Amino acid sequence: MSEKVIMKGNEALAEAAIRAGCKCFFGYPITPQTEVAAYMAKRMPKVGGVYLQAESEIAAINMIYGAAASGARCMTSSSSPGISLKAEGISYICGADLPAVIVNMTRGGPGLGGIQPAQSDYYQATRGLGHGDARLLVFAPASIQEMCDLMTTAFDLADKYRMPAMILGDGAIGQMMEPVILPEPATRTIDKPWAATGTELKRAHNIVNSLYLQPDQLEDNVRARFERYVQIEATEPRCEEYLADDADILITAYGISSRIVKSAIKKARAEGIKAGLLRPITLWPFPKAVLKKHAAHAKAFLDVELNMGQMIDDVRMAIEYARPVEFAGRTGGIIITPDEILAKLREMEAK
Amino acid sequence: MSVNHQIFLAGFGGQGILFAGKYLVYTGMMAGYEVSWMPSYGPEMRGGTCNCSVNISDEPIDSPIILHPTILCAMNLPSLDKFENSTVPGGRVFIDSSLIERKPARDDVQNFLIPATGLAREQNMIKLANMILVGKIIREIGLDDPALIEKTMTKVVPAKKPELFDWNMKALQVGMGL
Repeated sequence: MSEKVIMKGNEALAEAAIRAGCKCFFGYPITPQTEVAAYMAKRMPKVGGVYLQAESEIAAINMIYGAAASGARCMTSSSSPGISLKAEGISYICGADLPAVIVNMTRGGPGLGGIQPAQSDYYQATRGLGHGDARLLVFAPASIQEMCDLMTTAFDLADKYRMPAMILGDGAIGQMMEPVILPEPATRTIDKPWAATGTELKRAHNIVNSLYLQPDQLEDNVRARFERYVQIEATEPRCEEYLADDADILITAYGISSRIVKSAIKKARAEGIKAGLLRPITLWPFPKAVLKKHAAHAKAFLDVELNMGQMIDDVRMAIEYARPVEFAGRTGGIIITPDEILAKLREMEAK
Repeated sequence: MSVNHQIFLAGFGGQGILFAGKYLVYTGMMAGYEVSWMPSYGPEMRGGTCNCSVNISDEPIDSPIILHPTILCAMNLPSLDKFENSTVPGGRVFIDSSLIERKPARDDVQNFLIPATGLAREQNMIKLANMILVGKIIREIGLDDPALIEKTMTKVVPAKKPELFDWNMKALQVGMGL
């Protein structure tokens, strides 16, 4: 096993991507994820990969479009306003059925917003991001270790289902340092017979495109993609369950806020409040079945996010409105404290 | 006894706040604890001040951002003014008394007035006031085993600059001896 090292989230993420076989990185700097690009600039040339700082986020995502079409494992990284700029390209990548990894180290929004940690891009990430009927696989790591481990998963599943995958982090996960055991370099290669790699005059052209002017062709294309989405929703949801089995109040939280929730749950349990946590690790596909299962015994749900309440919609739908779902959150770059969550739990317990 | 040090280091950019934090986070990990390190990267950093949060605990770390430190290390007056009151009662406040002339305002915390910048100047290692303070902190929290210090320093000082190893070690020793 590799040695435990202390790394900044952004740098560990970049190293994990290289170890997962990422060969091309295209990006444009923005706080709080600039270290991803800085690390890639240093490391990529040494591992025979390509690092390129594009002239804009839009250029970077279109370079990803091209690299992905050639079958290369490729990644781009940005933070909220930059991700919005990439939205058009991401839609094209979805439409062309290409695998790629996109990282969003979320900062407060809307607009240029702030530069402190936030989770206010949940809607954007889980609703396909760009225009059209499309989805992204969305992973929400709660630690640097989990982020590194999910990097390999993100590349593998993107290749398997031929669709983009997003690592949805936040400014805290990107900027902090924690001990991490870096994953072993990936050795597996995935065959990509659809890639535009040159025919060597031995086969017909592979054409990568997202334009279908005939409505029936486009509908067939979208339907085929949605068959894969159905399969993904059945097999790929991931969720951590923490003290959930006997919980009266179930908290739903992901990423950095789930860690603060755990601390609040420990305090609540010490006071006799039976609280537990359901932590979606995949935000799409959303772990509906796990939430529904626990709705049978929980009296109420409390959704905690660093935004004004976005995942709360998915929680309500997953439990089919069977229980009340309350909300606690901070936004604008402010991290909620365990005491704020505890106060809400006490209020709910008293009801 | 359970360990839960929430260390907040603050000062001007260039005083080595982030490096001091880096030393502490490494030494915490090497001593077998759960750790995290989080820098300020907001507008205050762009204005020239700098701070960082280091958690050292025997429990997994919930938030890497520390609002109520158990240990505050203030290397300039604005930092003491801003963060002194956020320290938990019974906490420890380490003050670079060469740069901060005012007396500490809290009497429900343990105050350590350390003329770190003056000592560093006397020893001809002006940039190492940070490590003098770290030396005092690790002595106070018991992370001062010589083998642990040596192992930590090997990790945090770049191998390409071996001369920095000795200087940093010397500064730590000065702090530990106070």
